[in-house]
Amino acid sequence: MTKKTGAEILWECLVREGVEVVFGLPGGAIMPVYDAMLYYPIHHVLVRHEQGAAHMADGYARASGKVGVAMATSGPGATNLVTGIATAMMDSSPIVCITGQVHAHLIGGDAFQETDVTGITLPITKHNFLVTRAEEVADVVREAFYIARSGRPGPVLIDICKNAQVEEVEYSYPEEVSLPGYLPPTHAPMEDLKRAAELIEQSERPVILAGHGVMMSDAMEALSVFATKTQTPVAMTLLGLGSFPASDPLNLGMMGMHGEAYCNLAIQNADLLLAFGMRFDDRVTANLRTYAPRARKIHIEIDPSEVHKNVEVDVPLVGDLNTVLTDLIPLVDEYDHEEWRSEIEEWRGESQARDIMTWPDDGKLYTAHAIRDLWEVTNGEAIITTGVGQHQMWAAQYYHFEKPNRMITSGGAGTMGFGLPATIGAWFAKPDEEVWLVDGDGSFQMTQAELSTAMQEGANIKIAIMNNRFLGMVRQWQEFFFESRYSGTPLSCPDFVMIAEAHGIPARKVTEPGEVLPAIEFARQTDGPVVIEFQVEKEEAVYPMVPTGADLDKMIRRPIRNEPTAAD
Amino acid sequence: MQLTLIALVENKPGVLNRVASLFRRRNFNIESLNVGRTEKADISRMTIVLENGNVDARKVEANLYKLVNVIDVQDVTNQPAVTRDLALIKVSATSEQRAEIANLASIFRARIVDVAPDSVIVEITGTEDKIEGLVELLSPLGILEMVRTGQVAMMRGSASGVRYAPGANGSKDLEKVTN
Repeated sequence: MTKKTGAEILWECLVREGVEVVFGLPGGAIMPVYDAMLYYPIHHVLVRHEQGAAHMADGYARASGKVGVAMATSGPGATNLVTGIATAMMDSSPIVCITGQVHAHLIGGDAFQETDVTGITLPITKHNFLVTRAEEVADVVREAFYIARSGRPGPVLIDICKNAQVEEVEYSYPEEVSLPGYLPPTHAPMEDLKRAAELIEQSERPVILAGHGVMMSDAMEALSVFATKTQTPVAMTLLGLGSFPASDPLNLGMMGMHGEAYCNLAIQNADLLLAFGMRFDDRVTANLRTYAPRARKIHIEIDPSEVHKNVEVDVPLVGDLNTVLTDLIPLVDEYDHEEWRSEIEEWRGESQARDIMTWPDDGKLYTAHAIRDLWEVTNGEAIITTGVGQHQMWAAQYYHFEKPNRMITSGGAGTMGFGLPATIGAWFAKPDEEVWLVDGDGSFQMTQAELSTAMQEGANIKIAIMNNRFLGMVRQWQEFFFESRYSGTPLSCPDFVMIAEAHGIPARKVTEPGEVLPAIEFARQTDGPVVIEFQVEKEEAVYPMVPTGADLDKMIRRPIRNEPTAAD
Repeated sequence: MQLTLIALVENKPGVLNRVASLFRRRNFNIESLNVGRTEKADISRMTIVLENGNVDARKVEANLYKLVNVIDVQDVTNQPAVTRDLALIKVSATSEQRAEIANLASIFRARIVDVAPDSVIVEITGTEDKIEGLVELLSPLGILEMVRTGQVAMMRGSASGVRYAPGANGSKDLEKVTN
């Protein structure tokens, strides 16, 4: 046993957890930790605002499957993390946030930069810890990482008092975690699996609903085997995109509010829904009373509190998705479902005839077209991060993901400003992959300061800003539901090219369709960060759209304005 | 209709806050919540009584298990359990009225634990119904103050309450913790 300070123990344990990069910003109450950092092989990324640190850790986690780490000082440093923590919580992203806290003996006394951070983050973390003594550091770090990445993953916060950072104690690495109340479920009982297999056998119109859980559980292979064996079409949630290859004939694309019409129609007309690692969010069910009215439901889910939460299901299978699916596959027979699939194909044809991609070139620049071009050029294999809004939905619709963990977007929380920092985090996770941020002018400006982080780190990220000079999604709602009263949505933007160039970042502006491909090529050929500003149509809307509270199949469809195509 | 649940939790700072915060966030209405020590130093026991408005015990249990510090949850609603509440009731009493109060108390197996010139304190332990019964009879005399502990509950014999959560059930290794 050797004596070490709490700060040294913290870094020892982070190294043992395999941490290679930490996103953070120092301040008074975390200075001993920063001082000790210099002696450990972990790269620190200095953010410009702590919200960026949490989103970077989140983007890193989603791209790598490992735990992302963010660090901040007490008080405002810690409270700035809050939006990022809530974002990670809603999307079950494994991050560990480490914050400094005032001396233990000062707690409760309203000391300088004291904030009750464990209190504030209680409802938005999977778990949190207040460390008041150096002796606790090693156990707590070990437990925090274990909790963050296991079961249903989520954010964990460690608040470390300054005295616990500087005290010297005997240190030995804890070989085991002791969490008597924490043992995530793994296998589902055989009797429930058999019951599920019966429902599958009785079904003629099944649909799989694949969520984020497929990727969190690394169940892509099992999903593919199951879907192919039973010839069951696969609809995906926003966060589930990539869990099943877009090019597979069984793929139905994204479901829900901005899902394809044929996908939502398939769900509403199904006689069996197989929900895999998804939670029946209101954005995918629309009106719960009329949701999939004729469908029985099987729900494979690791979090028991999600079962029956929004939708009563017939067979819940609580456990790890990959484990449960692997157990289930031998119990099901091969099916064809040809009639059902051809019915869906008819709906698919009708949807495609209305698609914006069939529009004749009218010389205007549409976000969807630019994203489609990006998809083609990158073979559907880039990591795409987004902000929140119209551009996000278009990215989900027109970037067809072949591989998992490539759509990095804030789903449950819908956090504008997530994009740029998450992109930087994703690049640190996958520095050899092509990483593109598709952002909106509104979202981008929320965390624009992180451009200088990208510059300082030489992050090889490509930034596509879809500038429509509106908070576009809110504008669309105003157009549809508030008689086009554009309250608070028109947006003045800086010249994003000049903003980029002020950071020493190469940039291009695109104003017409012919400039899209050369600009994308320019970005791809240029090393380091590049900004492309696309000046897109101001008042284009995302279709189809299920209005809030409407039935899932009562979509506002895209007005037909294209020439007849082969699909008609 | 009320739900009564027993939760065993780690005896650590802030655990009560986590449970209370969970109930607030999920909109579960607490009727009473009692926390105390158990036979194990590192485990506390909660008896939670909820208004059964829009919530079932299964949902409460599943949410409690999301808290890392919660070790075991049992639903003892309508189960063969002993439930007890303790009340201290300060009743306005002249010297002439004391005999009547003492009489009522003895019928309810309650005790008078303090006598002042113009009041007495009655201590009663029992089910909610029993306490409500005594309160009703004492009310005409003038109840000056009342305090109640909230229910505590324990299953009779070797039976345990209902554990629902599929999966979470078997994996909560109670033996390992409590031994």
